[in-house]
Amino acid sequence: MIKVTIDDIEVEVEPGTTILNAARQIGGEVVPPAMCYYSKLPGTGGKCRTCLVEVAAGSTADPRPMPKLMASCSTAVMDGMVVKNKTSQRVHDNRGGVVEFLLINHPLDCPICDQAGECHLQDLGYEHGSAKTRYREERRTFDPIDIGNKIKLHMNRCILCYRCVHVANQLTDKRVHGVMHRGEHAEISTYIENAVDNDFSGNMIDVCPVGALTDKTFRFKSRVWFLKPMEAECSCTKCSGKAVVWMFGNEIYRVTARKDKYGEVENIEDKTAWICNDCRFEKKDPNAWNITGPRKIDRHSVISQGKYATKIDKGLNKIG
Amino acid sequence: MESLTNRKKVVSDKPMTLWEKIYIPAIVGGMMTTMKHMLRKRKTIKYPEETRVFAPVYRGQHVLKRDEQGRENCTACGLCAVACPAEAITMTSAERLKGEEHLYREEKYASSYEINMLRCIFCGLCEEACPKEAIFLTDRIVTTEFERDEFIYAKDKLVEAIDDRIDITKRQFTGKRTEK
Repeated sequence: MIKVTIDDIEVEVEPGTTILNAARQIGGEVVPPAMCYYSKLPGTGGKCRTCLVEVAAGSTADPRPMPKLMASCSTAVMDGMVVKNKTSQRVHDNRGGVVEFLLINHPLDCPICDQAGECHLQDLGYEHGSAKTRYREERRTFDPIDIGNKIKLHMNRCILCYRCVHVANQLTDKRVHGVMHRGEHAEISTYIENAVDNDFSGNMIDVCPVGALTDKTFRFKSRVWFLKPMEAECSCTKCSGKAVVWMFGNEIYRVTARKDKYGEVENIEDKTAWICNDCRFEKKDPNAWNITGPRKIDRHSVISQGKYATKIDKGLNKIG
Repeated sequence: MESLTNRKKVVSDKPMTLWEKIYIPAIVGGMMTTMKHMLRKRKTIKYPEETRVFAPVYRGQHVLKRDEQGRENCTACGLCAVACPAEAITMTSAERLKGEEHLYREEKYASSYEINMLRCIFCGLCEEACPKEAIFLTDRIVTTEFERDEFIYAKDKLVEAIDDRIDITKRQFTGKRTEK
């Protein structure tokens, strides 16, 4: 075990752990935000640069500070390392710059976007971005594309985190989905708009940190803060069958996997509870699900707005 | 105990004097007050022939604005409904189809939009929450009705007519829409 100090909090972690995962072991405010890193998908990380932290002392053997800010998702900890995240003004300023860059090509169509309310870029923009943009050039624009008949791709909103490509790589057996071209021109695409017809392709909606990949069965149906997230189970042969159903009254508007506080799909019984396309897109009948209770939502989340415990309880009694 | 106000009067059942019994001085005194008020300027007006001048920020009946090209500004983002403390606003959204670009500004629009005017407390938070400058409160007064359902205003009452625009320039211009 090696000792590392993050924001004056000491923690002991396994050798080879990244700074981000060490911070997640502490939890709370010291955890840097991550737009591209996804702990359940090996190979992700190092692209978005939102998780930059200051390393004030490299290790006990070599206590010199690292000259540049380091991407915490891909930097391994060393014994005696001192890391600054919340306590460093430099980190805050730089992260604001990163957010400004991410927002250069990102349209400000949050009032339309289905991801609004659970979007990580929205949170980051609120925390770090200024209210005005300095960018005067035209944003790059694409027409929305269908990936299969259930997923909509808004390339305008994509921040090229590559998470969905890793889902297609690691979760599905035959990949027809990836990133084409380079730099400014890079875009997520299917090979000549081939449909992704794998049973688990819907998970790329869940891993997308922004609203680039959205559920077509939920498209423009409602806003997330009007829906009640409920934990539900069903007997499914393909996946764990444990999901979150988003209800409006007694209707199921959409089904997602269970996500933790970092926006990642939860581990249930030591297996990541990805859900299959049948559960996600087809099962919209409340009788097909065994609804076990309301999902715990952070009190400060916009999703918890206007929701009172009594209301959820009442809804539960009606269904159960 | 010390009294809280100085308006307390001690009641007495002393019998009235003759001067008080003939009542005429008291009647004359009362008529004097009446005459004095008759000569004063009236505080009331003859509504609806006359109307009062409204403050430029008066919060009356809502309007859903259209843009310069006559397209509806509202994109059914739901922020007015979530900001509404009285939960008076409900909406459903729909996707704009090809060929409807002249009707709706954005790719999503409100296919139905209802405000329950009996619930509305005219606080103006919906106007403040709106990111698209679509909803404004105006100086129009919500009319009285006999039935409760007539107070649920749908899009036919809320959206301004293309040839009969509602002027809201007197209200503060937030300039949110230009801040792209």
